[in-house]
Amino acid sequence: MSAKDVVVKDRRNPLKVARGLGSSQSGVGHWWTQRLTAVALVLLGVWFVVTVLCLLHADYATARATVAKPWNALLLIAFVLTMFWHAVLGLQVVIEDYVHVRWKEVVLLVAIKFLAVLGALASVLAVLRIALTP
Amino acid sequence: MAEFSLPKNSKIQPGKHYPAKDAKKPRTFRIYRWSPDDGQNPRIDTYEVDLAACGPMVLDALLKIKNEIDPTLTLRRSCREGICGSCAMNIDGTNTLACTRAISECASGDVKIYPLPHMPVVKDLVPDLTHFYAQFASIKPWIRTQSPVPNRERLQSPEERKKLDGLYECILCACCSTSCPSYWWNGDKYLGPAILLQAYRWIVDSRDEATGERLDDLEDPFKLYRCHTIMNCTRTCPKGLNPAKAIAEIKKLMVERRSA
Repeated sequence: MSAKDVVVKDRRNPLKVARGLGSSQSGVGHWWTQRLTAVALVLLGVWFVVTVLCLLHADYATARATVAKPWNALLLIAFVLTMFWHAVLGLQVVIEDYVHVRWKEVVLLVAIKFLAVLGALASVLAVLRIALTP
Repeated sequence: MAEFSLPKNSKIQPGKHYPAKDAKKPRTFRIYRWSPDDGQNPRIDTYEVDLAACGPMVLDALLKIKNEIDPTLTLRRSCREGICGSCAMNIDGTNTLACTRAISECASGDVKIYPLPHMPVVKDLVPDLTHFYAQFASIKPWIRTQSPVPNRERLQSPEERKKLDGLYECILCACCSTSCPSYWWNGDKYLGPAILLQAYRWIVDSRDEATGERLDDLEDPFKLYRCHTIMNCTRTCPKGLNPAKAIAEIKKLMVERRSA
């Protein structure tokens, strides 16, 4: 191919490319929420680990009764919701970093949100069933 | 996906060897070579340089190679004292300036020299920094004011001027940006540490009145928030600056102007 056969497809000024579609005016919320949920998870995580350790060698009825206590049920739901929330925020960053085919990126970003909501709802339902069953 | 292996035509081949004849203090340099004109893959050429007849810096060795051994070796250099940023390259595994990096500071064994990572290569050690410069232009790196132009200098207190220390020294050599994995994977949109440090330099300038607009322009998941505090930028900066801290300050200002 000689030089004159080369068709330049991109005649844009480099500044046009660099400015792209401009700023989306978002991202702060994501960043801040990721940190808030992280702090919450430290506190809730400590509570969760302690609670689970206390249940070592306990039988099924004891474990069930522990989960059914109002405070425990409340904190367990909070823990699960925060965890899924934080997981989605983190996975979103990984996908945005590494997946560079736009349609795959969108599919994955939507899929993790759907799955996280389903997972969170299922977990809440499970805790509530134990907590609210007399 | 992010590409973790080189395309076929970028795979590096073994290159030529230029032995030194009766050198008193020989040191071997292994240098990345690629030319757009010959259709060949890149290669690593090996040059033996007599340090007894060579200046102390890596740039001295490169120029000795170019002048005395192989004139086809292509590199950028200008000031040879760490103020122009032209000779930024990857030496001994770290992005730095060839003119301020002493040969004796390089790890024992061969000195390996590559162009700045993950940039298009123009030839040999010369990267194409067009997009990097365009990103710099996109942050409008000049003073922007709304108040009428005064008929004398715009004054700064010593405290206000002090805020620019650690920022104004940046010479835009691109060592930090091209050391950043986030810039490798998303450099098309992510501004990278050098440009964000420059953006912060104007945000904290007491004379600039476009702080809000500047933050508006940066408030974006890709332009700013691809920074994951990896800190390669700060580790590699040949001027000893801290771009990671400048980016953290920008993120703090982003939170400061919104509700918690």
